[in-house]
Amino acid sequence: MTTYAVHTRTRASNAAAILLIGLVAVLVALPFFAGRSTIQDMFFILTMLVLAQFWNLLAGYGGLVSIGQQAFVGMGAYALFAAVILGGLDPVPSILLAGVAALIISIPTAFFAFRLQGAYFAIGTWVIAEVFRLFVAQWKTLGGGTGTSLPRSATKDMWFVDAITVLLDVKSSAARDILAYWLALALALVTIGGIYWLLRTRRGLALAAIRDNTEAAKSVGVDAGRMKWLVFLTSGFGTGLAGGLIYMQKARISPDAAFSVTDWTAYVIFIVVIGGIGTIEGPILGVLIFFALQSLLADFGSWYLMTLGGLAIVIMLIAPRGLWGLISERTGIHLFPIRRRLTGGKLDQLED
Amino acid sequence: MIWVDTVAQGILLGGLYALFAAGLSLVFGIMRLVNLAHGDLIVVGAYLILLLVTLLGLPPFLAALVAMPLMFALGWGLQKFLLNRTLGDDILPPLLVTFGLSIVFQNALLEGFSADSQRLPTDALTTASVAIGPLNLGVMPLLTFASAVAVIVGLNQLFYRTSLGRAFRATSDDPVTASLMGIKPASIFATATGIALIIVTIAALYLGLRANFDPNIGPARLIYAFEAVIIGGLGSLWGTLLGGIIIGVAQTVGAAINPEWQILAGHLAFLAVLLVRPRGLFPRAND
Repeated sequence: MTTYAVHTRTRASNAAAILLIGLVAVLVALPFFAGRSTIQDMFFILTMLVLAQFWNLLAGYGGLVSIGQQAFVGMGAYALFAAVILGGLDPVPSILLAGVAALIISIPTAFFAFRLQGAYFAIGTWVIAEVFRLFVAQWKTLGGGTGTSLPRSATKDMWFVDAITVLLDVKSSAARDILAYWLALALALVTIGGIYWLLRTRRGLALAAIRDNTEAAKSVGVDAGRMKWLVFLTSGFGTGLAGGLIYMQKARISPDAAFSVTDWTAYVIFIVVIGGIGTIEGPILGVLIFFALQSLLADFGSWYLMTLGGLAIVIMLIAPRGLWGLISERTGIHLFPIRRRLTGGKLDQLED
Repeated sequence: MIWVDTVAQGILLGGLYALFAAGLSLVFGIMRLVNLAHGDLIVVGAYLILLLVTLLGLPPFLAALVAMPLMFALGWGLQKFLLNRTLGDDILPPLLVTFGLSIVFQNALLEGFSADSQRLPTDALTTASVAIGPLNLGVMPLLTFASAVAVIVGLNQLFYRTSLGRAFRATSDDPVTASLMGIKPASIFATATGIALIIVTIAALYLGLRANFDPNIGPARLIYAFEAVIIGGLGSLWGTLLGGIIIGVAQTVGAAINPEWQILAGHLAFLAVLLVRPRGLFPRAND
């Protein structure tokens, strides 16, 4: 009798899972022993990681290179501000509305952008993001082109803030940062977990097949068009959630900042490209490198961006799979394996 | 009457956008490469002309003539040593490398010239206008439009009347077969990008003479250029001119209704064309 089995887990991924649980525990407990600036830095890292994971899902797995992610960040952020200022809602549940608003605008965006191929798709998403920015700048009740702030009354009585103030014995402004941090941590974990889950399902397999060869994937019955929609809408929703959360923490918004192509798309692309496109580990590594570079070079202004752009070019030319690609090629380590390996039966005898 | 004037201004503005777009169209037509740094290269050209004007005291038109070979060399080098290495089946490398270049150019200009807006020196010619029937048209916009038409006629002559043009078309159709006939695709691509940057220099000259510019305006020029190319249909140069005119007219008409709608109206015109004619007005047979 020969029995076959399909595995995706590896020894490295088992070890990584245990390490990850430990890491998550430390991150959850971070506000108990870390200072406010650490919490703010971690908030930045986590939210950029979420944006990077969703861009990676689009470009790395879906083959949809978008330069218009700022549309979803900006729209999510503005939806949150509208819900709080015009609707009188609490900022925390409004984050969900931010995701929904971004999801809604991603439908017409996909409708138009999917008419364009490859590089033209990229610029098309950018044009559509510009259209949303220009429309939002006309929204006079939310400050038009100059923007607006969240009212103090709304940020002061935010959900959970009182509880955190009591629990950690901090001022309410620090409690707001801690709340934002915990929400960002939760969002990052759900994002990574969700994308990993998606990639390990049948849909994930279909996605990988489309990325590798669209025509071949279609020939075995994969609906490439539907997968593109699924990936685009998912990434729009997630990016909108992140946008809402980022601007809940900033508490001040303007169309130029919320729809900034540099902040919400260029940085994100550099994070993914430097870390390693088409892997879950890549954006994690990328965001850490990005943060380190920013801490080192932020005082140099434009030199910093030049370095980042130059680094991305060099990596794209000599190591198109990014730093994580280099590492996993050398060592064979996959922390989030999605490749299915067939073992057992005659295959084992062959190996002997 | 005011509307006729608005539309006429829009058509002439379209000439500028067609100049922005012609280089993009040329490069895409030959090597299917979309250069995301195209807008920033226009701004680089404008600063180069400005530098020649201020350092050597040349008049802008002469400075642009001097800038042309320099820009050709820049384009040739960029393509030969960097962009050729990104060409292939995967669309990611060229996109991400040119996006990286765009950020590098923008910030290099910021570092070298600061964020202050600049303008090329103007003289009597640039502010003069002529009365054509009931319309009063600026000499500068007319000159821009005439240059756009001249560039497109020139490119068409180059494509269909010279051996270089034949090599361009052959490489565009099938680089492997072309290389069997003794054509080196890598050199052809480098020459094509060099020529595209000569057109970029012409566009930069009019950009600098007509309006203020600063290091950050490149991406918006790329977007206008891209819209003109898509509206016209990929690979059609006359289509690109028409695309530029449609964007230009939409912008001036939008601005006449409400000044804040100028840019938005251009984008909406583009989306409308995308909706009804996804492949543009004059699509090439196969792409």
